[in-house]
Amino acid sequence: MRTLIALCLLGALGVGLLHAATDGFRALTSETARRLAVAAEARPVPDVGVRDQSGAVLSLGETDGRLRVVNFIYTRCPDVCLALGDALQQLQRDLPAERLGRDVLLLSISFDPAHDSPERMAAYARWFRAGEGWRVLRPEDAEGLDALLETFGVVVIPDGQGGFEHNAALHLVDREGRLVHITDLEDVAGMRARLEGLW
Amino acid sequence: MVRPGSLQGWLGLCLLGVLVVPWLRQGLESTMTGHMLVQIPLLVLAGVLMGGSLPASVRRGLSPWNRFGLTGLLLAVFTLVYWMLPRSLDLALESGLAELAKFISLPLLAGLPLRLSWPTLGCIGRGVVWSQLVAKLAVMGWLYLEAPVRVCTRYLVSDQEQVGRALLFLALGVGVALTLRAFLAVHPQAQAALGQGSLKGQGV
Repeated sequence: MRTLIALCLLGALGVGLLHAATDGFRALTSETARRLAVAAEARPVPDVGVRDQSGAVLSLGETDGRLRVVNFIYTRCPDVCLALGDALQQLQRDLPAERLGRDVLLLSISFDPAHDSPERMAAYARWFRAGEGWRVLRPEDAEGLDALLETFGVVVIPDGQGGFEHNAALHLVDREGRLVHITDLEDVAGMRARLEGLW
Repeated sequence: MVRPGSLQGWLGLCLLGVLVVPWLRQGLESTMTGHMLVQIPLLVLAGVLMGGSLPASVRRGLSPWNRFGLTGLLLAVFTLVYWMLPRSLDLALESGLAELAKFISLPLLAGLPLRLSWPTLGCIGRGVVWSQLVAKLAVMGWLYLEAPVRVCTRYLVSDQEQVGRALLFLALGVGVALTLRAFLAVHPQAQAALGQGSLKGQGV
C-alpha cells in the first residue's frame, strides 16, 4: 500500500517536473525553448552600435519604426549562412518592392567582427544581390555583440576548423524594436505572412 | 575491518569527488560524448556505489515504500529521462545551479535508488529494464545520427553524430551481452539459486 502511495506521488511529481522542464512537453531542445519563450513574451533588442557594409556607423535603434527580419551570419560560413542568405534573398524577391526599405528591413548581423570587415560584408551583400532594404551589419564592440546574441538566444561555438557552428533561424523584430517571432530559415512564406499581418 | 558496503560507499564518494575536479569536469563536458556517455553514467555509478554503504536499518525503513523495487526504479527513470533531454545538457553548461543539480540528482536520485531497487526487482522486471535500455539506446543513437538539426546548441553536429554512433554500438554491445548471458552463461536453475542468495543477502 505504501509503495502504491509512493508510486502515485512520485509519478505525479515526475510528470509535473518533466512537463515544466519541456514547456508542456513541447520543447525538448533549447532551440525550440527560445522560440516558445519569445512567442510568449517579446524581448526588447538592445540598442547597440553597428557598422554596415558601406562602413557607416549607426545604432541598431536607428532602424526602429520598421519591421526587421534578422539573421546572424559570418561571411566565411560555407553552409548554413548560405541557406540563411538564400532565405533573405527569397524574402527580398517576394516582398512588394515599395515595402522594402520603407516598412521592412532585412538585416544580416555578423558575429565574426574580427574577420568581417565592411569590404567583406559588401562582398557578401553583392553575392546575394542585396538591395536597398537589406543591410549587412556587424556590432562595433564585443559587449554589443554579446548583448545581441544573449537577447536573440543565438549560441556561437568554434567548429575547430576556424569557423563556427550556430543556431540558424529567421528572427522578426517589430517596429518598437522587440524580438517577437523566431522561425526556421525554410519558413520564408510563414515569415512573409507574419510581415503582411503587421504592416 | 572495513565492511564491503562501506568500502563501496567510500569508492562512490571518491568517484564523485574526482568528477567534481574542475579540469576533469570541463574536459568531459567539452564534448557531447564525454558529457552524455562518460560523465553522466559515472555520476550514476557513484550513486550505485554509495548505495552499497547504506545501513541495513535505512534499507529496512525504506523497503515498505519500495516493494518490488518499483518506486526506486521509477525515481531513477524520471531522473535519467530529465538528464537525457538535450536542453538539460545545454542548461547544465549555461547555469551553475543546473550543474549542481546534475551532480546531486544523478548519484542520489538515479544511482542510489537503482542500487536499492535492483536486488528486489524480479526476473521479469530486470528483463524489462535491460530490454528498454537496449531499445532506448538504439532509438536515441539512430535519432542523433539522423536528426536534421543540432539537438544541443552548445555542441557541434559532428559531436552529435559521434554520440549517435556510440549509442548504437552500446545498444549492440549490451544486446549481444544479454543474449549471450541468456542462452549460454548460466543454467536457469543455477541463476535462480544465485538470485535467492542475493535476496537473502539484502535481508528481504
